[in-house]
Amino acid sequence: MVRPIGFLVGLGFVGVLLWSLLWGAVAYVKEPPVPTAEHEFHEHPKKVDFSFNGPLGKFDRGQLQRGFQVYKEVCAACHSLRLVTFRDLQGIGYTEGQTKTLASEWAVETPTINEETGEPATRKSIPADRIPAPFANEIAARAGNAGALPPDLSLIAKARHDGSNYVYSLLTGYQNQPAELLKQFPDSKTGAGLHYNPYFANLNLAMAPPLTSEGQVSYSDGTKPTVDQMSKDVAAFLTWTAEPKLENRHSTGLAVLAFLLIFTVLTYMAYQNIWRDKKH
Amino acid sequence: MSFPWAEQYAPKHPFMRYMDEKLPLPRLVYNAIGAGYPVPRNLNYFWNFGVLAGAALAIQLITGIVLAMHYAANGAVAFDSVEHIMRDVNSGWMLRYAHANGASMFFIVVYLHIFRGLYYGSYKAPREMVWLLGLVIFLLMMATAFMGYVLPWGQMSFWGAKVITGLFGAIPLVGEPIQTWLLGGFAPDNAALNRFFSLHYLLPFVILGVVILHIWALHIPGSSNPTGVDVKGPQDTVPFHPYYTAKDGFGLGVFLIIFAALLFFAPNLLGHPDNYIPANPLSTPAHIVPEWYFWPFYAILRAFTVDFILPAKLWGVVAMFASILLLFFLPWLDKSPVRSGSYRPTFRKFFWLLMIDVAILGYCGGAPAEEPFVMISQIAAAYYFAHFLIIIPIISRIERPLPLPNSITEAVLSKSGKTTGEAALAPAE
Amino acid sequence: MATLETTGPAEAAPSEEGVRRRDFINIAAVSFAGVGAAAVALPLINQMNPSADVLALASIEVDVSQIQPGQAIKTIFRKQPLFVRHLTPQEIKEADAVPLDSLRDPQTLEERTKAGKTQWLITMGVCTHLGCVPLGAAEGEVKGEFGGYFCPCHGSHYDTAARIRKGPAPTNLEVPEYNFTSDTVVQVG
Repeated sequence: MVRPIGFLVGLGFVGVLLWSLLWGAVAYVKEPPVPTAEHEFHEHPKKVDFSFNGPLGKFDRGQLQRGFQVYKEVCAACHSLRLVTFRDLQGIGYTEGQTKTLASEWAVETPTINEETGEPATRKSIPADRIPAPFANEIAARAGNAGALPPDLSLIAKARHDGSNYVYSLLTGYQNQPAELLKQFPDSKTGAGLHYNPYFANLNLAMAPPLTSEGQVSYSDGTKPTVDQMSKDVAAFLTWTAEPKLENRHSTGLAVLAFLLIFTVLTYMAYQNIWRDKKH
Repeated sequence: MSFPWAEQYAPKHPFMRYMDEKLPLPRLVYNAIGAGYPVPRNLNYFWNFGVLAGAALAIQLITGIVLAMHYAANGAVAFDSVEHIMRDVNSGWMLRYAHANGASMFFIVVYLHIFRGLYYGSYKAPREMVWLLGLVIFLLMMATAFMGYVLPWGQMSFWGAKVITGLFGAIPLVGEPIQTWLLGGFAPDNAALNRFFSLHYLLPFVILGVVILHIWALHIPGSSNPTGVDVKGPQDTVPFHPYYTAKDGFGLGVFLIIFAALLFFAPNLLGHPDNYIPANPLSTPAHIVPEWYFWPFYAILRAFTVDFILPAKLWGVVAMFASILLLFFLPWLDKSPVRSGSYRPTFRKFFWLLMIDVAILGYCGGAPAEEPFVMISQIAAAYYFAHFLIIIPIISRIERPLPLPNSITEAVLSKSGKTTGEAALAPAE
Repeated sequence: MATLETTGPAEAAPSEEGVRRRDFINIAAVSFAGVGAAAVALPLINQMNPSADVLALASIEVDVSQIQPGQAIKTIFRKQPLFVRHLTPQEIKEADAVPLDSLRDPQTLEERTKAGKTQWLITMGVCTHLGCVPLGAAEGEVKGEFGGYFCPCHGSHYDTAARIRKGPAPTNLEVPEYNFTSDTVVQVG
């Protein structure tokens, strides 16, 4: 009984699938899928040789601090970093005292309530506080950015494909719309208030080029603040904010793998030893 | 256990004798995975994956219980509580990555275990019940993994929950009430998240229970083997301990190396970046994909694009569930008396075709729903159903199998002897 | 051609040394597994210790400039109440007048405050009996028979140096670790 019923059920599924295929094929021939500008002109991120790449990779503390400076002086005007606390900044090489100063001198204060009146108020941040967001809420953020919402950057390096390279590529990828694109897709002209960038998923983003001129940020360690350098530094910093335990992970991983290799060799030898007089 | 020559449990220490009288748990373990369980001597490395699946389940249970100490199942804080684990909890990043990648390792191992069962005919009599219980475990695993993926409450979590519960909406008449009932609302929210967490914690223990039944059912006929030939006498078997405990120890080492490499050096390789964006009911990701282990089934779901008597969506849902349910009938669809694919030349060709087919389905399931992937998955899905429901019953009837060895021992010795396998097998015909 | 018999234990009859070497491998493999399991247990146990965000709040700063003599404030330190009390000269005198040997937990006020800052009594607001919050810090609360704190749960009375004088509590209110970072700011913890 099972097999005749199975046979019929099988024929049914195969039939419907082939019927779907037929219609799909007819539609494909009649109306071939139209190529889109995003499909044709979107580019994969440029590869950067970051110090944290590879299984032995480590962060470059100096670079992270420079990247933090770029965030603080440029990005922080619009983008929050809501998962990062000031105390976390000890992880990029600041001392406890420095994080205290950074917290209390941060341009935006931490929201609180007035102890006497209960009204909303702000206070100076302490190291245990998260870095305050530039806007009180999403509505305020949209209102301040012509309707566009600047995304939170804490996890951006993990929330995009190839995130570290993506951040760098996006920051250095602003350009004029290629003439070829306009010739092929005359309707795809970059709209008002948008900026063409082939590394962005739909090619046009609301954020104006944030890093535009050399020396926009002045580095204290003598590194030349070119747009390229600033982009790399902030990409490295945002990789750290997304994965602060990366170095820990790499070093633990190496120790674990070394242990497991020895363990596996030993178990293999024990296995061979136990089976030595059995053919199998 | 079932063989008369199995070694007998004979405790020497008075305490162990006392235990044996009052609660014979050591005897049970001895007979289940100790020296008291005679196992064919010719098992190859594919027989390691049962024990490895058990190890993967143990890893998931332990890391999961620990993560539940820090996770908060509420839409407002779930995402941040996961990040709290990643950033602030001691070794939290390691525990969470171990749990997330442990799920992938569990599926890899279980898929290889199923592969072994399909190729060597482990589903055939007298082991049908082992196969059926295994499929129950597989279904429970899928439910558990799906609900676990919802818990971080990222974009893929939210939209995955929405799409998968939406499948039930395809059922005529009662579909929408069922979907609303499953979610406890009209879209995934706190109610859904909380019940998913509750069930995600419960189901692994149900899996553990069915695993025990699975092993129990296996011990009635004993383990199968690569030749598929029945055990004939004591020379065909070795005690599970120390022979297979040693071999499984080595297998465990290799498993852990791969697991550690993934966990420590590519922890997000198998995840989706969108799940690091907090759930947003107002914005759908560009393309929603489930975790990689669901891709073949997702491809079957999406392969139905045309209404034919029933709506296309319902066809997809029915076919997706049917693609797993039909495996429950496999022991009766395949009537060939020969178990092992090694002695079934025609079966073997179609078997490998099926493996390629499932790989293609997997690729299409992970790809965006565009041409040519839809058309390819339609062909691949058609082959999948045809393979199990049409081809297997036919070849099990017309195929002429290769001569089988007389016994496991003969097969072992001819393999290691100087004569070629072919010649040594000849007298068996 | 090999047969089962010739590959049996007879062929493998090992020398004494061989046995030891081979057993060593088995023992080594099992011991390694044991070491590995123990190493895995560490993070599983350690994850229950306070996390980094909890530890970050383990130390707080309190501004005491607004507390007038005779007043006290309740604040939160490590998720527990902390009493900061500005003692009046009268209260200091009362505390100093108590003979030490009459106390259950003998301590002078000087031992319980910082040198030169005797008027600042900083204690945990946790009764040493069973952990209730004693009354007496806020305006208008009962201060007990000795003018300090009074725990309503089981009737423990503390004096103006927050020392136990009457009732079931075994010890004085705990003085946490703290120091004055300036004349008006105290860092606790």
